[in-house]
Amino acid sequence: MNLDYRSLGWRLALICVVTVVFQVAAVSQVKVLGVNADLVPLVAASVGLIVGSLPGAIFGFAIGLLLDFALVETVGVASLILLAIGYAAGRLRELRDPQGAIVPLLVGAAATAVAQVGFSVLTFLLGQKVPLGWSLLWELLGTVAFNAVIAIPVYLTIRRCLLAALPEDPRRRRRRAYTTGGLSPLSKS
Amino acid sequence: MYDRTIRRRRLTLAALLACSLLLLTVYFGESTGGALHNVQRGVFSVFAPIQEGASTVLKPARDLFGWFGDTIDAKGRMADLESSNQKLRAGAIAGSEALRINEQLQGLLNLDNAGGLAAAKPVTARVIGQSPTVWYSTVTINQGSDSGIKTGNPVISSDGLIGQVSTVTGHASIVTLISDGELAVPARVSAGGAEGIAQTGAGGPDDLRLKFIARRYRVEPGAAVVTAGTLSATPGLESLYPPGIPIGSVTRVVDAGTDAQKIYLRTYADLQKLEIVQVLTASINGNRR
Repeated sequence: MNLDYRSLGWRLALICVVTVVFQVAAVSQVKVLGVNADLVPLVAASVGLIVGSLPGAIFGFAIGLLLDFALVETVGVASLILLAIGYAAGRLRELRDPQGAIVPLLVGAAATAVAQVGFSVLTFLLGQKVPLGWSLLWELLGTVAFNAVIAIPVYLTIRRCLLAALPEDPRRRRRRAYTTGGLSPLSKS
Repeated sequence: MYDRTIRRRRLTLAALLACSLLLLTVYFGESTGGALHNVQRGVFSVFAPIQEGASTVLKPARDLFGWFGDTIDAKGRMADLESSNQKLRAGAIAGSEALRINEQLQGLLNLDNAGGLAAAKPVTARVIGQSPTVWYSTVTINQGSDSGIKTGNPVISSDGLIGQVSTVTGHASIVTLISDGELAVPARVSAGGAEGIAQTGAGGPDDLRLKFIARRYRVEPGAAVVTAGTLSATPGLESLYPPGIPIGSVTRVVDAGTDAQKIYLRTYADLQKLEIVQVLTASINGNRR
């Protein structure tokens, strides 16, 4: 196998930093109909879908931690949620290996919904004030819809960044899914 | 082989989960001077220059996408104007950008002069980052303790009060906006002088209310609300906010004339579109009138 862990690690680290900087410095400040895109759950889910559950979980944890540090927010909240998103997307890829073109869109929308609801639940559990109301619902649905629109381009960009460090083209791993016992392609080497 | 891989995967997942929960517990339990908070400030101070650089580099793209966003927002009302705007767009983007910044700076200058805030040593800063979620109403600005900014300093835009500084590093600060439910500002209705506390309610960031107004006061929609400054004569109970800074206007009053009257406000400042702000780094006479 041509798996290059060092190359994959560097690429994931770079994606992690660039995503957080781009999100905080640009994407968060562009509002459309009062909502903005949230690239972070999309990227965490895309990494999970492409490289599997374990790297997806580690990436989700790392990008969440960086986001919490960069925004000076409660450390551990984003990492906990994004860890779950990266892992779940990876498990979906390992167990079902869905091939439809619409899969990144559906996974991206679901990841965004989980992130938004997860943030609100954890924020509530931590005793902070949660802005309940129509504006919250609008924010939730709007962000999910916005992210669904950009989910496929984000997935393709992440896939393009990681493809050279993966053992083989993920498209050719389709048939392998039935013979590996539902494990990440990274674990076969 | 696969059993070992599965075990390793489960072990790593459990370790990451435990690590997240541990960080969450430690961070939530410790004081703001705790180790994890210090690490966070350290990472933030390293991250802030990168963020500022990225913010500057990405500004044209942001402006372009922002323009598209504004267009979509207004599409329902201005469909007939859109076609003519497209012809002027390319030339207008650069000019209107400069004009907008100029207007904001002029507004801040006017507010400083009219409100007597020039003595409060205002430090002008640019917004370089914004929280992506509705849960955290914060923005990041490109000035910090090197410019004299301290935690708790009030922050204004050209339209009025927007919040207060909650975290400071050398070259950048985090500003908690007035839309955050944790922030409470002593406020006064200009007409009539009723004094209370302006605070965002449970209904969301747009649900700013003026609380604790005695029933003898009749507050009418449209009335201007400003900061009250320090109300107590007791030393040590000074307000963080100088008196007379515009906050917003009354939009509606529910159960007027009762002890339970609810007074809703709309901020003058558009908290979604902040670019240039000022941090008031000094208090004048304990912020008393």
